[in-house]
Amino acid sequence: MTLAADLATIRALMRRALNEILRVPGAAIPGVLAPTIFFLGLTAVFGNLTLLPGFTTESYQSFLIPVSLMQGAGFTGAATGVNLARDIEQGWFDRLVASPAPRPVLLAGLVASASFRSLIPAAMLLIVGFSLGAHWPGPGGLAIALLITMGMAIVAAAWGTTIALKFKTQSASPLMQAGMLLLILTTTAYAPLELLTGWLQEVARYNPVTQIVDAARQGFVGSVTWGETWPGLLALAGLAALLLALALRGMRRIAD
Amino acid sequence: MTGGFVTNARVVAALGRRATRQTFRRPQLMAPILIFPTLLLAIQVGGAGRAVDLPQFPEVNGFLDFMIAGAMVQATMLAGNSGGIALALDIEMGFTDRLLAAPISRFAIVLGRLVGTAALGAVTAIWFLAIALIFGAHIEGGVGGALLIVLLVTLCAIAFGSIGAAIALRSGSASVVQGLFPLVFVILFLSTAFFPGNLLLEPARSVAEWNPLSFIVDGVRDLVISTFSGTQFAEGIAALALLGAAGLGMSAAAMRGRVRRGG
Repeated sequence: MTLAADLATIRALMRRALNEILRVPGAAIPGVLAPTIFFLGLTAVFGNLTLLPGFTTESYQSFLIPVSLMQGAGFTGAATGVNLARDIEQGWFDRLVASPAPRPVLLAGLVASASFRSLIPAAMLLIVGFSLGAHWPGPGGLAIALLITMGMAIVAAAWGTTIALKFKTQSASPLMQAGMLLLILTTTAYAPLELLTGWLQEVARYNPVTQIVDAARQGFVGSVTWGETWPGLLALAGLAALLLALALRGMRRIAD
Repeated sequence: MTGGFVTNARVVAALGRRATRQTFRRPQLMAPILIFPTLLLAIQVGGAGRAVDLPQFPEVNGFLDFMIAGAMVQATMLAGNSGGIALALDIEMGFTDRLLAAPISRFAIVLGRLVGTAALGAVTAIWFLAIALIFGAHIEGGVGGALLIVLLVTLCAIAFGSIGAAIALRSGSASVVQGLFPLVFVILFLSTAFFPGNLLLEPARSVAEWNPLSFIVDGVRDLVISTFSGTQFAEGIAALALLGAAGLGMSAAAMRGRVRRGG
């Protein structure tokens, strides 16, 4: 197959994912609303943590919004995995695998659609966040946050795809969602590293997603610097490479 | 009522056993109820543990002591939601129709499901009490307090189970009940489940003051962080009675509507 044919396949898979949103909007609502609900709820509950000495900002909305963006990306990626599991259950994926499209192209179509879909909960969240007083991160800070959100959606979609290909059932959806949620929340999600306690402080120190969250957060709580950006981008690239490799391995094995 | 009391009690027991087995046999049903709130508890205790240093935070041995009640109630809400999904699946598969055609009380069908949810509530309470003790929390109410916690949490599961059942009977769709999952968190965030009422931000603070869930959580929490207080316990029981009555009333109305529509 030529590059043009590969791109056409990716476009077709992305269009199919978009059609799912347009034709069954009800199915997309929880994924769009959940991050906003968590954002509103957590800021109302833990908002006074900013009164603790050593907290890096006075606005908990600004501190939390990048975490909610990552959550939105996580939910979107998990939804890609659930949809794939459904396609496997219904036999549609078998037909896709039997087509002459290479496996990496099929995977690219799935993760690319998740990446763009993640902008829907992100847009909703940013509108709510800014209207409630989250700091404007500037064009650079916002661009970095959105780029990282799309990257996290690729990571989450690769994870969801790996699980879907392994278990081949929608019943595995809690594993898709919980895996990403765990990865995102065991970081500096609730408070700066110095204010975390016990095991979480140690886990957050070594969890690569901490670098990713910090890179997405920088514009919301201060100024954007390359020194704060590149570790996040590097961690994101590493995580994406690892999970995409696992997803691709699962995709190659499914035909065996 | 169709059938005698003994017959209906047997039906409730049989359906209760079925509901309990259904839940405990499938780890994918148990995991979101026990594992998810446990992970969230661990993360919130690690992430917001320094909150006990805030000036207006109540006197507690540690943040885990404060949070354990919220985790228990969260798990019972998820158990109620899960019970509703199971009932909706029974409706979708036609099992409930066959029960409706049988010479038994219609309410026994709902009560049978609630027995399973109650068992899950008791397991939830014991699970979180064990976690609390293993990780160094103190149950100030002692053994008596721990038993009262199991009672309150079990009743809580029944109350939320009845609401889940009402929604399942009204909609007859598992995906509709499943879709209410985020609502569980809305109600939790607008209560004192995760933070003291006086430290919540507005409008959550005002809503939490009147949210029945706050009274239930505070009733359970009081037994963890201080000795038995009749007032807190009574408020918790009253809130549970209110929710349970509302849930059972809505279930009865939804069941009547379902029978009138012909299933």
